[in-house]
Amino acid sequence: MKLITAIIKPFKLDDVKEALEAVGVQGMTVSEASGFGRQKGHTEVYRGAEYTVDLVPKVRLEVIVDDADVDAVIDAIVAAAQTGRIGDGKVWAIPVETIVRVRTGERGVDAI
Amino acid sequence: MEINAGDTAWVLISAALVLLMTPGLAFFYGGMTRAKSVLNMMMMSMISIGIVSVLWVIFGYSLAFGNGTSKFIGTIDFSGLGSAVNQITENGAAYPIPLLSFVMFQLMFAVITPALISGAVADRMKFSAWAVFVAVWVTVVYFPVAHWVFDFGGSDSTGAGWLASRGIEDFAGGTAVHINAGAAGLALALVLGKRIGWPKSPMKPHNLPLVILGAGLLWFGWFGFNAGSALGASGQAALAFTNTMVATAAALIGWLIVDRIREGHPTSLGAASGAVAGLVAITPACAFVAPWAAVVIGLLAGIICAFAVSLKFRFGLDDSLDVVGVHLVAGIFGCLAIGFFGTSFTTGSGDSAFTWGAKGLFYGGGWDLLGVQALGAFSVLAYSFVVTLVIALILKKLMGLRIDPDAEVAGIDLDQHLESAYDFTSTVGGVLGPRTARVLQSQEPS
Repeated sequence: MKLITAIIKPFKLDDVKEALEAVGVQGMTVSEASGFGRQKGHTEVYRGAEYTVDLVPKVRLEVIVDDADVDAVIDAIVAAAQTGRIGDGKVWAIPVETIVRVRTGERGVDAI
Repeated sequence: MEINAGDTAWVLISAALVLLMTPGLAFFYGGMTRAKSVLNMMMMSMISIGIVSVLWVIFGYSLAFGNGTSKFIGTIDFSGLGSAVNQITENGAAYPIPLLSFVMFQLMFAVITPALISGAVADRMKFSAWAVFVAVWVTVVYFPVAHWVFDFGGSDSTGAGWLASRGIEDFAGGTAVHINAGAAGLALALVLGKRIGWPKSPMKPHNLPLVILGAGLLWFGWFGFNAGSALGASGQAALAFTNTMVATAAALIGWLIVDRIREGHPTSLGAASGAVAGLVAITPACAFVAPWAAVVIGLLAGIICAFAVSLKFRFGLDDSLDVVGVHLVAGIFGCLAIGFFGTSFTTGSGDSAFTWGAKGLFYGGGWDLLGVQALGAFSVLAYSFVVTLVIALILKKLMGLRIDPDAEVAGIDLDQHLESAYDFTSTVGGVLGPRTARVLQSQEPS
């Protein structure tokens, strides 16, 4: 099993969610995040004082999938989240040792 | 004529109450937008206060209420209002209040009318285009229409507006304010087009408590709007006050009943929207119907508007915050309702007796009143819709109406105002910009 984490532009969340549902992903965790990569932040002005907001709002999306599905899921996320402009985000996968469904106690792939 | 202190005090207070409605509207609308566009929504109301007030002094009051002979527009004199300090108000009759109190009271109506339109264009209109639109729209639409409806001429009625002289009963602006703004919102939303993603992606209200705060401020201010339109501290004002209260209460209940039956739950947005629908519907009728009739009008307005707001999805029209579904629909309904429920009232006795109001269908007055109400409602609707369409198309050609699509998606607040409404977290930076940093650096002792 792998944990796939994607950092994407917030307004792309709906598209990514739909794409993941289309490849059979049944659940996900989404949280609001902020950070920066190569994308610069933006400037805000309050009563003439400028503030550089260098941490840009992003959405972090996490799904755990069976090893066989990893590539398909990553491809789906990338295709749906891409605008081709700076700040589109990152996707990565790391191994997961185990997973338990709390309600039933099921373990492993059955609990995904 | 001597100035009457009580009347003057009430009209001045009413003017201040009506002013409060515009920031109230900003809260009402602002809460309904998404968090990334609330500032722009509120700023559209704020700039209306700025622009319309200045135009009003320069030529607006004169265009609406100037003492000419035209039925369609006031005078185009440069009024400037310098000579008004020692005049009393004449509007079909002489009122013992200073002219300037009337000028200010009427200004607040001119301020809120374009602000009402802004709900139709949430999240996507260039602020510069909106500011120009407000200035042009009040000049060619609001000022003339206010003359049609609100100008009863000098004390001998010369120069009265054509609807006023035909006996239309619009006590506080169902036609000139609400139908006018609703029709303009429809036209402007048509030219502007839908928001990116509408109606597929959810665009739910980001702050319902703000919406309820706004509805409360509107309701409070509306007592000035309606009861102040009596232009005196009188029995007529008390009647308008009473009807404003009970119609709004009934409309709130009416919308919640629809909510409860249709969705299974009474919603807070429904309560706030129902109250506003009731306020709009009772506006033209508030001094022409009995309080029991105000309850009926309010209840029906709440029910009708609760259904009307879902029509925009059927027509594919992104009237974002339901200016058409609430203001146009309730405005028309309220105007027509007078043709049924309208009646005649008398206050005082003997020489000081004052009688007003015509009888509608339910009081044996026949079809005449309903006819003139319909004429008023639909002529204002048609004029406002067509002229707004023309203004919007010209502005679209000259300066463009919409912000860049990327900026719309990222949020109009940042793009048009360089601000964000909420800062809930200290993790989103806070580094001083280069210009400010240079200023601070230059002040450090070397």
